[in-house]
Amino acid sequence: MTPSHMLQIAGPEVILALGALALLVFGAFRGDRSTGLVSALAGLVLLGAAAAAVAAPMGTLFHGAFVADQATAFAKVAMYLLSAVAIFLGERWLSRLKSSRFEYPVLILLSALGMGIMVSAGDLISLYIGVELQSLAAYVLCAFRRDDGKASEAALKYFVLGSLASGILLYGASLIYGFAGSTHFLEIARAGHGAAGTGVIFGVVFLACGLAFKVSAAPFHMWTPDVYEGAPTPVVAFIAAAPKLAALLVFARALLQGFPDAVDQWSQVLVAIAAISMAVGALAGLVQRNLKRLLAYSSILNIGYALMALSTGTALGLQAMFVFMVLYMIDVTGFFSALAALSRDGRPMEKIEDFAGLSQERPGLAIVITVLSLSLLGLPPLSGFWAKFYVFKAALASGHWQIAVFGLVASVPAAFYYLRIIKTMWFDPGAGRTDAPAPDAQAVAVASAVWALPLVLLGLAALDPLAQTAAKAFGLQ
Amino acid sequence: MTGLPSAIGLPHYLVVAAMLFTIGVFGIFVNRRNIIIVLMAIELILLAVNINLVAFSSYLHEVTGQIFAMFVLTVAAAEAAVGLAILVTFFRNKGDIAVDQANVMKG
Repeated sequence: MTPSHMLQIAGPEVILALGALALLVFGAFRGDRSTGLVSALAGLVLLGAAAAAVAAPMGTLFHGAFVADQATAFAKVAMYLLSAVAIFLGERWLSRLKSSRFEYPVLILLSALGMGIMVSAGDLISLYIGVELQSLAAYVLCAFRRDDGKASEAALKYFVLGSLASGILLYGASLIYGFAGSTHFLEIARAGHGAAGTGVIFGVVFLACGLAFKVSAAPFHMWTPDVYEGAPTPVVAFIAAAPKLAALLVFARALLQGFPDAVDQWSQVLVAIAAISMAVGALAGLVQRNLKRLLAYSSILNIGYALMALSTGTALGLQAMFVFMVLYMIDVTGFFSALAALSRDGRPMEKIEDFAGLSQERPGLAIVITVLSLSLLGLPPLSGFWAKFYVFKAALASGHWQIAVFGLVASVPAAFYYLRIIKTMWFDPGAGRTDAPAPDAQAVAVASAVWALPLVLLGLAALDPLAQTAAKAFGLQ
Repeated sequence: MTGLPSAIGLPHYLVVAAMLFTIGVFGIFVNRRNIIIVLMAIELILLAVNINLVAFSSYLHEVTGQIFAMFVLTVAAAEAAVGLAILVTFFRNKGDIAVDQANVMKG
């Protein structure tokens, strides 16, 4: 294989790495007045990386440590586009608060690079490097408003618990390496052929705990509400979407390629984690008064559905996971954009009471939030319904009907807290005037809402075969 | 490479690593005084993993584990840098680095 061919296989990551470094140097010389330019260029780098992910040849690099297949191409396009949206949202949001710095787009680029390496990891070492690169950039992004006490507290909690999760993941990786004799997923599968030893099973459990932490699945979700509440809203829009898809795909690859003979064992673990996530997400969300915290519990609930799809261990389940995550990520990005757009007397609107009477003051955004809430709730024919439809179909097809029933039951209390938001906006008396909404964030929110209702019916026709091709990359039936 | 001396075998290294790992995890959750101690506990967890990796590498007569350990050391340095930077912003906002100070958000 020639070096130029190798570079093409890793094309998206090469573009991101060089782009991030070049923009960092450029920003360091030009100072903070170049922030707008650096952000625009970073957006272009991400678009270029997404295009490269589609155009790049498939294959493996570095003796299998780096994998490029249909699944990585699918995930990378989604993640890089969402990262570009996060740069667009965050740069404007921060400049309105006079705390815009050129490091913001660079950190998003580095985080996106980490996600790209995560999804392409065919080896425990590249998995760890990808996870850490993504997480370290995310910790800094949470603390980006240095003068905000809440943000630095959120970043500190995120850092401590995230590092603990990385440590647990790493301990699992070291056990798997020791007892299977290799860090490469396919070699691990070969070593464990027939029966996986106790040491390897221990390692898988630790690895799964670490990854469950990264996707914020219960009972490893403690960081999520605090980070969502404290971190800057556009940063939350970023970390609530793309890194979750990356971590789920890593989950899928590590388990399906590394331990294909132990599907029954890890499937049970995933079913348990999914059930606990759905229960915690649905019930703890009921008592939240802060909308960002509420969305954190909603994300725990939704990760439960995604893990339910993954726990089937079938191609249909993987396809469901891809469709679900893409539709969910668009919804949640739109929701946080709507929150970023709104403010009352210069303060962000975060409490549910702040939204009282929004339908009179800002009917457009009230409709947007209503549509996105109903979509997250799973009301047909909105996008959230189709997302859940795929997941339940996959769970039933593989005979996991108990967890599917549990998922349906869990969506009932969740429906209550989504409907309460709608009720507050449309039927409660207003508390005063809201400020003029930020046009950029409003545009993203409106686009997500438009996607959630009419466009999704067309979009699904394209998304379904793409997700199917991506799922086939794992070689399952 | 000659492998480990026979008197001290692989299990001994694994037990030490497991103990360090446990101390590290407890250091994060039990400690209520100082966030610096939390950062030290995180380092302890990563070093426990390194002992595991190097012991396995020697036992298996294979070098991947030692390469992995190098990566872990490098990432641990980056993690410490980011952690201390976040701790500095936290200190500037609160004027204290006691664990109990991180209490604005609950639920």
